[in-house]
Parts: sequence; structure tokens; C-alpha cells
Amino acid sequence: MVQDIVSWLLIAGGAFFVMVGGVGLVRMPDFFTRLHPASVTDTMGAGLLLTGFMVQAGASLVTVKLVLILVFLLFTSPTAAHALAHAALLDGLKPWTGKKDGAP
Amino acid sequence: MAHATSLFAVLYGVWLALSGHYTLYFLLVGAVCVALVVAIAMRMDVVDREGHPMHLTWRVPGYWAWLMWEIMTSAVDVSRRVLAPRLRIDPVLERLPTSQKTDIGRAIYANSITLTPGTVSTDLRDGMVQVHALTSGAIERLRQGEMDARVTKLEGES
Amino acid sequence: MFMAATAALLVTIALALARAFAGPSVYDRVLAVNSIGTKTVLLIAALGFLAGRPDFLDISLLYALINFVGTIAVLRFIRQSRAQEGN
Repeated sequence: MVQDIVSWLLIAGGAFFVMVGGVGLVRMPDFFTRLHPASVTDTMGAGLLLTGFMVQAGASLVTVKLVLILVFLLFTSPTAAHALAHAALLDGLKPWTGKKDGAP
Repeated sequence: MAHATSLFAVLYGVWLALSGHYTLYFLLVGAVCVALVVAIAMRMDVVDREGHPMHLTWRVPGYWAWLMWEIMTSAVDVSRRVLAPRLRIDPVLERLPTSQKTDIGRAIYANSITLTPGTVSTDLRDGMVQVHALTSGAIERLRQGEMDARVTKLEGES
Repeated sequence: MFMAATAALLVTIALALARAFAGPSVYDRVLAVNSIGTKTVLLIAALGFLAGRPDFLDISLLYALINFVGTIAVLRFIRQSRAQEGN
């Protein structure tokens, strides 16, 4: 019972942060600012959701696999984000600074 | 050799976790496959302090715990900004110094910056890391250097 | 509750898909696709629980691998084609 409540809270939190990431992806003004909400999804969203699943699965091989998925996501997502941002900068994409005039 | 043994143990652990079948045949096939992978990795010359940094193992959990807290607080901050009716962001791109001595230390620092919502590392060279931050507050936090100091401590080469 | 998680993931995938169509730069699209990939990993895991088939987790793990390699591969491809245009 307690297990169910804890996992429900974790999954609800994860779902919330995943959605925030999606909203941010649509709302933010330029590419570089969009990277930040995407990283909310990748860390908090995925972390809470998978932890919620782990609590639901209990001590079993399923939990081990969920941990592996989480560790893998946490190792690869910053690498992918860094590669994206680096490539965009090299390509000459200018970060938005919020200035209405002057800035190119 | 110690690195190769440790790599073998880690990979075999992953094999056992993913296979879920514990008959003699599967255990043997797993050992052969893992040995093959370790042999290839050794031929590629990546089984050393940098490719398999097992000397970090004991210090990593403490760092992860701190990083997790950091991720949670900044994720909440970014989420607030995303959901606020008016977007209150002032993105900045800036170069910051790094105090790590090894490449792996700098890589951990840059990856930690990217993993924390609100800051993304965009370039890493000449001992400087270029960071894009969603707000000037986030870059101010980085400039204070707590994460930098913690990664240098984790790296442990003084 | 797995239903709720699945619904949230689907909504987010739709939002990311909107960003993938809107662009404007190719990097926005790659970011959106990478983001959809991450959510697909979670979606497959949630569906595994929903269907009571934990074997789905293996597929989910594999998808995480492919998603990462795919993103890096696309970036390489973009860089290479840009470099050729430049000459």
C-alpha cells in the first residue's frame, strides 16, 4: 500500500516534469534556450518515472534493468546535448539574448 | 591487468543482469563474449586509467548524491520559468575556467554542467569550458565554483 | 497510474513533434527528435508495465542505445555535408 502511494507520487512527479520539458521545447525562443527544458525531461522526468517504476517492481531483475536504463540515459543525454550545442555554435547559430534591437 | 579484470567483472555483471537465464550454457557463452569484448578493448588501448576509471569508484557515490540534489533544485527552477505566464529568462554564453588536472576530470565537469538543467556546456578546450545558461543566476552559481571544486576533489589528483 | 504516465509521455511527444516540424534550424529538429527518442524509451518501459510484460525493458534499453548513436550520427552527417558545401 505504502509502496503504491510512493510509486504513484514518483510517477506523477515524473509525468509532470516530462510535460514541462515538452512545453518548454515549444515555448522557448531559440535553439539554445530549448536545450534547457529538454534536459529537465531527460534528468528529472526520466529519473522520477523510472524510480517510480522501480518502486512498483520491487527487488527483482526488472529493477536492475530499470537502473541500467536510467544510468544509461544519464550518461548519454548530456553527451548528446553537448554535441548538439557544440555543432550549432560551430555552424554559426547565434544565441538569443532577449535584446529587441541591435543584436544580430 | 587490474583494469582488464575489473572491466571483465563489470561487463559480466551486466550480462548476468540482462540475460536472466542461469544455465551452464548461458554462463559459459557470456564469459566467452565478455572475454572477447575485453580483448578487443585492450587491442583498442582503452583499458587504462582514462578509459576505465575505476580509481573513482569510492568517491563517485558521494558526488552523485550532491549532483542529484543540484539537478533537483535547478530542475524545479527551470520548470518554474517554463510555466510562468511571462518568460523570465536572460540567456548568457560565457567561458569559465576549470581547475581539473586530467581530461577525464574536465569531461566529468562539463557533463555535470550539461546534466544540470539550466546550464549546457558548449565547448571545452584550453582549460576553459564555455557554458550557455538560461539565466545569469545559473552562471553566477557556476562561477562561485562549488561544482568545479567538487569535481576536482572527485578526480583526486593533487 | 501507468496510464497517466503513458498519456503524459504521448502529449510530450506530440509537443516535441510540433517543434520538429516548426524547426526553424536543423538543430532544433535534431533536438526534438532526440527528445522524442528519450520519451519513447520511457514510453516502452511504461507500456511494459501496463501490459504486464517486463521483457519490454530490454527493448527499451536497446532503444536508448540506438537513440544516442543515432543523434551523434545525424550530427556527424550534418557537419560533413556542411563542410562539403563550404568548399
